[in-house]
Amino acid sequence: MTRGRFVARRLVLLAASLLVASFVIFAALYLAPGTPLAALSGGQPLPPGSVQVLEQRYHLNESFLAQYWYWLVNALHGNLGISITLRENVSTLIASRIWTTAGLVLYATLIIVVLGIGLGIVSGLRSGPLDTSVLVVTAVSAAIPAFVAAIALIMVFAVKLGWFPALGNGTSFLSNVRHFTLPAIALAVASLAIVARVTRAAVRAEGDREHVQTAVSRGIPARYVIQRHILRNAAIPITTITGITTASLIAVAAVVEVAFSLNGLGAYLVQAAESKDIAVVQGISLLLVTAFVVVNLLTDLICAALDPRLALRDSPR
Amino acid sequence: MAAAESSASRRGLARLRSTGPAGIASAAVIAVATFAALFGPLLAPYDPDLPNLSLSWAGPAGGHLLGYDFEGRDVLSRLAAGAQSSLLGPLVVVILSVTAGTLLAVTAAWRRGVSDTAISSGLNIVFAFPGILLAVLAAAIFGAGLPAAAIALSIAYLPYVARVLRGAALKERGQPYIAALEVQGAPATAICLRHVVPNIGPLIVAQATILFGYAMVDLAAISYLGLGVQPPTANWGVMISENQDGLLLGHPLPAVAAGICIVTVVIAVNVLGERLFEQAQAPRR
Repeated sequence: MTRGRFVARRLVLLAASLLVASFVIFAALYLAPGTPLAALSGGQPLPPGSVQVLEQRYHLNESFLAQYWYWLVNALHGNLGISITLRENVSTLIASRIWTTAGLVLYATLIIVVLGIGLGIVSGLRSGPLDTSVLVVTAVSAAIPAFVAAIALIMVFAVKLGWFPALGNGTSFLSNVRHFTLPAIALAVASLAIVARVTRAAVRAEGDREHVQTAVSRGIPARYVIQRHILRNAAIPITTITGITTASLIAVAAVVEVAFSLNGLGAYLVQAAESKDIAVVQGISLLLVTAFVVVNLLTDLICAALDPRLALRDSPR
Repeated sequence: MAAAESSASRRGLARLRSTGPAGIASAAVIAVATFAALFGPLLAPYDPDLPNLSLSWAGPAGGHLLGYDFEGRDVLSRLAAGAQSSLLGPLVVVILSVTAGTLLAVTAAWRRGVSDTAISSGLNIVFAFPGILLAVLAAAIFGAGLPAAAIALSIAYLPYVARVLRGAALKERGQPYIAALEVQGAPATAICLRHVVPNIGPLIVAQATILFGYAMVDLAAISYLGLGVQPPTANWGVMISENQDGLLLGHPLPAVAAGICIVTVVIAVNVLGERLFEQAQAPRR
């Protein structure tokens, strides 16, 4: 399969799984107990006139599939309906929160890439006390859930040392960096450990291979051996694990946002789920699923770019 | 420990020894946690649900080793009682998703062709939903609570379980002895149940162990968010969220103690799972 066809096939698969996912999200919440009319009116009885207006405006009298179609077409145009609790466009509400979540996830990804891959490479290249301590520390930190990391960080760095604010968003870019540092670390801790361990194992496995030992025995400088032979080959598993863990942060961000009272999409989703604000739950779920699937696709594409054999091997079943 | 050792089979014990000191320590932690999950409510020295607002945030004192929480309840008793919901939930998730995952994986590997494609594409759709997101969706539909969250997570983990087991089952399917059994006319279900599943058994156990760690973290997170176990029921995730104000008020002990419980059990489960995985992957015969 050529590279172009590989990318095209992946894009079609992406679109197909997003379509099915959107159907699942819509259908699940459509079947939820409680009528949309009661949700719109807040459970209060409505005069017949306004019932009719509402039914018409939200297509409540039409079949389930027709309603799904309206919802999907509107969603593709950026119209996700109206929040019943805040009486505002879901898209507007999402737009005001999306950068908190995106910033948090990107900041955490940066930490994971720099520290996780860095530690993994260093401890994979040479055994010794550093390697052992990386192994022990990552075994522990891989088991720390984001919200436990959050309370530990608040306790030490916000309350005891006062280096960072404990709660809330910032007002400018710089103050946001300060506000997001502890949340990003809390979000990154477990994934960082997993990425470091997988990187270490990959670097170790490549370093043990015969062509690397041949290169070393031929007297090729260590820097070249590491760059061209070890890291080039270890890049695939490292990219895969970084991509998978980064994608998982998109959902876990909700926990961190709640822990630090950040005004992000995840925290809002949880709040909407509690108050059964269906349009908001649908909209944010669709967005998060899309982001999750896209990050996974990008990971696959980067891997295929790093090693074109992967695209060739990927045959349609 | 003594009770656990005498009841363990000799082979299990030998396998445990081969996991090294870290493996034995993990097994000990898991044994204590299991004991607490079974008998926690009986072990709790005080009533875990009895509030006494005059004692809220009070520190450790006479018989109350870990002090009191935000409502003046004994923290140690709540930790002991909370072991049940904190560990039983993940257990249910693991049983459900490993059973269903094994079934799907073995079916896909055995029948191949259309069944395999159908199962794989179905799992690919599920793969688009991260566990926590599916649990939040379940809470929005069925209301907050442990059962909805546990079922949602079991479904969300299916693709991960099935993908690994399918590969192993496919390998097993290609073995000559399976072809021999088929030629002898052994029914497919019998071959799967008596040969394929037992032979990928170590991998199933390793997967289940690792999954337990994930399920515990995710369920605790969902309870922390207020969408899982509902207060006043004692639960480690709930304890962190209800006592989080204590961090800013200078009484971090209740929240931190619950956090340590979660992390300790998850480390133990992960270490054990990793060892089991290495053993399962090691060449057989």
